[in-house]
Amino acid sequence: MERTVADTIRELTRKHLEKGNGLLLSQAVSAVGWISNTVPNCQGVVDLPIADVAGPGIAVGAAIVGRRPIFVIRFQDFVFLNASPLVMYAAKSKDIFGVGVPILIRALADEGHGLGPVHSGCFHSIFMHMPGMRVCAPMTPGEYEEAWEVFLANDEPMFLSEHRRSFKCKSEMPDIVLDNADITIFAISLARFNVLEAVEMLKDDGIKCNVVHIMWLKPFTLSSKLLEPLECSGRGLVVDSGFEIAGASQSIAYELMIATGLPVKAAGRYDRSTGVAQHLENGTPTPLRIAEIVKDMVQNRKMAAKHHER
Amino acid sequence: MNLATLGMIPNLPDSFSGDESLAVFRRMCLTRYFELRVLKAHDDGMINCPVYLSIGQESISAAVATVISDYYIFTQHRAHSVYLAFGGDPVKLIDELLGRPSGCSGGMGGSAAIQDSNIKMIGHHGLVGENVPLAVGAALGAPGENVVSFFGDAAAEEDYVFAAMGFAVTHKLPVLFVCEDNGLSVLTPKSDRRNWEMTDVSRSLGMPSVDVTDDPWLIAHYVKQFTANLPAFINCRTCRHRWHVGTGIDGPPEWDRFAFVKEQLSALGLALPADTIEIETKQYVENLWNERLQTPSES
Repeated sequence: MERTVADTIRELTRKHLEKGNGLLLSQAVSAVGWISNTVPNCQGVVDLPIADVAGPGIAVGAAIVGRRPIFVIRFQDFVFLNASPLVMYAAKSKDIFGVGVPILIRALADEGHGLGPVHSGCFHSIFMHMPGMRVCAPMTPGEYEEAWEVFLANDEPMFLSEHRRSFKCKSEMPDIVLDNADITIFAISLARFNVLEAVEMLKDDGIKCNVVHIMWLKPFTLSSKLLEPLECSGRGLVVDSGFEIAGASQSIAYELMIATGLPVKAAGRYDRSTGVAQHLENGTPTPLRIAEIVKDMVQNRKMAAKHHER
Repeated sequence: MNLATLGMIPNLPDSFSGDESLAVFRRMCLTRYFELRVLKAHDDGMINCPVYLSIGQESISAAVATVISDYYIFTQHRAHSVYLAFGGDPVKLIDELLGRPSGCSGGMGGSAAIQDSNIKMIGHHGLVGENVPLAVGAALGAPGENVVSFFGDAAAEEDYVFAAMGFAVTHKLPVLFVCEDNGLSVLTPKSDRRNWEMTDVSRSLGMPSVDVTDDPWLIAHYVKQFTANLPAFINCRTCRHRWHVGTGIDGPPEWDRFAFVKEQLSALGLALPADTIEIETKQYVENLWNERLQTPSES
């Protein structure tokens, strides 16, 4: 049977706890489905009290003495309470003291189904802002394994921006690069799934899209994987599951534009709080919204080109 | 309530050997004369970073360090006294204060963020009280190791300090919590900030706790008693002589434990060796500072 992302997380964790002297610390671990079945019922699991600053501090303390703990944040909105020991100590320790503090921060994003204003956030962007921490958003089993290997091979803390909606994913997500694409869409987190749906919709309009998946947000490398499809297609769009303003989508779009001189737009969540009611939700850009942005970019460009010919 | 005598036990110093009493005093002298030299270097413009002086509070870490050894040490921003009392490298501390790459934190931390791995003193980043959950996490992560965590009375008000102490009790973690209670948060007195005492909180959490003055024999007595039954909490009433940050002074301190200790050592018949320790330590520190100031930075 093929493994899901949840299976992959659980089995990597089990190995770490049973054979790697690791620890996993989180609130409400065992009582509510072992965090979407991503945590094994084995030694090394510590149920933290509902102490949102002390909890990560305790996890960082365990990292200082070499346990490479996994600290699980069940809803990314809680990072605002959790963040201080993680970004102010774990991430800075190597710079200040020359001592790495390797802690794996599993931060779960989610959205939809009425989660509302403070349980449906996706905030990897604010961790990209802070020095000293690796940030990535793996969405497939293979990507999760890659992230895990990088964590074990280094001594910095790592922020894993997970998304609960990826947990059932069993397959890898290769980039789509066409010879004559109209646009290159760069996708992050849950947006990767929505972008693939949007690309199918756009085929009906005769618009061809490259899709480049971005897992590593920091350190972020402007590699040929990103630049070549963009240079061939002539325009780009970065879509992220977090807020658009001052977020990963705008930041990466800026870097791509500076590197290529080509127009690259950003799309993320709108600048308003999410409501519980369905019509008030504000999540990852939907396939329809992504398709509309792409159509606007591609068709405006075509119109501009025609105008120039006249 | 006379805080300078809070919890004093009559004739307690008599139960300590002369060597123990002088070992405490030697540590107190090291911090006192080191910091007087920091003060001068600061006021001479040699130190660019904010300095957090322990002058007046030396007896607490001196007493604790005389009793315990090989503990992980988690301190906060006012920690020259802890660093020196436990045997941290004074040369690296001088260099850190001078902003040199050879400093104990490579010049990144300054006075508030010091460390020494040789004494298992973990670096503190400078945020009040965050060392307490880190200390508890270290005890969780390193079974068989003991941990000591120093913090102040303002840090004791941080919600995460309570929560971490509660976690230590729940998991029976061997952490000695020591509050250097100078009654001030910057300049705001404790009475303006709260109407409760940390020892009441820690007792209600279920750990042995005591609220005493900064007499080193008294502190050493309770450290000896409590280390057999950790986690435990000692709140030490003390008197910071200088400003929260910098070398300023607002008037004479309410008391000077350093002077009291010298009087007590005389009463114990230890005046002569105490005088010798004081003179030698002062000269040692003076020589050390002069040597470092004459040595060009590696950068």
